[in-house]
Amino acid sequence: MSEAAAQPPIERGGWPGVAWALRRDLRLALRSKAELGVQLLFYVVVVSLFPLGVGADPTLLRALGPGVLWVAALLASLLSLPRLFAADFADGTLEQIALSPYPLPALISGKILAHWLTTGVPLAALSPLLALQFGLDGSELVALAAGLALGTPTLSLLGAIGAALTLGLRAGGALLALLILPLYVPILIFGAGAVEASRVGLAAGGELSVLGAALLVAAIGAPLASAAAVRIALD
Amino acid sequence: MGSNSINWFKFASPASFFPLAGHLARWFAVLAVPLAASGLWLGLVVAPTDAQQGDAYRIIFIHVPAAWMSMFIYLVMAAWCAASLTLNARLSAMMAQALAPTGALFTVIALWTGALWGRPAWGTYWAWDARMTSELILLFLYLGYMALRHAIDEPRRADRASAVLALVGAVNVPIIYFSVKWWNTLHQGATVSLTAAPKMASIMLTAMLLMTFAAWFYAIAVAMVRVRAIILERERRTSWAGALAGAAR
Amino acid sequence: MSLTEFFAMGGYGFYVWGSYAMTVVLVAIEITAVRTRFRAARMAAQLGENAG
Repeated sequence: MSEAAAQPPIERGGWPGVAWALRRDLRLALRSKAELGVQLLFYVVVVSLFPLGVGADPTLLRALGPGVLWVAALLASLLSLPRLFAADFADGTLEQIALSPYPLPALISGKILAHWLTTGVPLAALSPLLALQFGLDGSELVALAAGLALGTPTLSLLGAIGAALTLGLRAGGALLALLILPLYVPILIFGAGAVEASRVGLAAGGELSVLGAALLVAAIGAPLASAAAVRIALD
Repeated sequence: MGSNSINWFKFASPASFFPLAGHLARWFAVLAVPLAASGLWLGLVVAPTDAQQGDAYRIIFIHVPAAWMSMFIYLVMAAWCAASLTLNARLSAMMAQALAPTGALFTVIALWTGALWGRPAWGTYWAWDARMTSELILLFLYLGYMALRHAIDEPRRADRASAVLALVGAVNVPIIYFSVKWWNTLHQGATVSLTAAPKMASIMLTAMLLMTFAAWFYAIAVAMVRVRAIILERERRTSWAGALAGAAR
Repeated sequence: MSLTEFFAMGGYGFYVWGSYAMTVVLVAIEITAVRTRFRAARMAAQLGENAG
């Protein structure tokens, strides 16, 4: 084996990796549209359970509305997270992906982006409609949708770390919830806070900025942490 | 390195750390007792009764040290996790594994004593104030770490995965704390300062410091015994494990 | 301060002693558990050596 013949492995760039994973995961997700529909339906059902539990008093519902809509969004996110890696892990594709010339964090970013587009975006779009059930209106609805639009990517990003850590484990889903929900708390606080700020007439800009900042930090850190976690699970 | 200096890296192997841990456990356990005794004596007997809260305030002598230790242990645990990932060292991971249950215990003590202090002092067992709520989330972080370790059968994967989790948690702890604090001022107003301990007479401060050191030494002693158990559990198929176990008191 | 006064803690005895008693109980449980764990591990390690 001559050393002159040995070539360094071909390394592909980050952004093409993101695009590749995004296209692939979107294609796969759109094949099972029913699954996506079910997740959205889960959101609707959970939100509708709360008035059944606490009574239909309009003042109470208005007070609860932001929190309920956000908590239900957290839970709906959690429900769909295993989908991120589980199928690929089960049939060995994830190992191939990890070995590919694209950087793993980039590929994971693409997967997370696909996850958000198929989970978070519909959630954020549907939420103003559901918020009407709680008597929210006007600027509150805008703050809610904007907050969810900014917050759900972070939920997907943080959730990916949990999904990667719990790959292939028995109690996966419940364990994932235990690990990730504490990390979701700041997003919940500022997301619901944005709606409440606009309720009292303040601009929700402050809370939304915090959500934006969280998104930036998570966008950089979470793919790296998830990549490390995936490699740990694959070893 | 000269022959006179200690080769600290020798203790990086579980086998050589095992006897040292045994000595440390004994010494720190012994030291913890008089510290706790004197702290409790000062706090429960000598310190004067508070004008506003009566004798109920005496709970702080266990509540505050427990809360401090719960946070301190998490940081130390995260540091060991960082070491285990960067140095790929088994013993560092074992140290983190040994600390977690004790950290969780202190969190529970802090929450329980905080609730029992809250009732007489502010009328309610649980007031969703920033510090207690953050303490509750810290408990979830500890339990999550322990649950993840437990769910993974293969020890090295468990080491690495839980290390990543602990570090992600450590980064998030200040974020969670400040967002909970923000949330708390938003919803409750700053009218009731739920964290105000009575103005500290120096006796009270001394008692708190003594109890904190007692808790700290207790934690070290328990962690040392636990890490010895972990070393034996994880290394029991090696030849030296049996010899060490035979020699262990 | 008499012994009865000490136990009464100015009427707050339930809260003060409830706190310290729980602490003692939890600490006792932890110490017992960790020592049991160590002894079991020690036994297993000694047997492990004999077995192979």
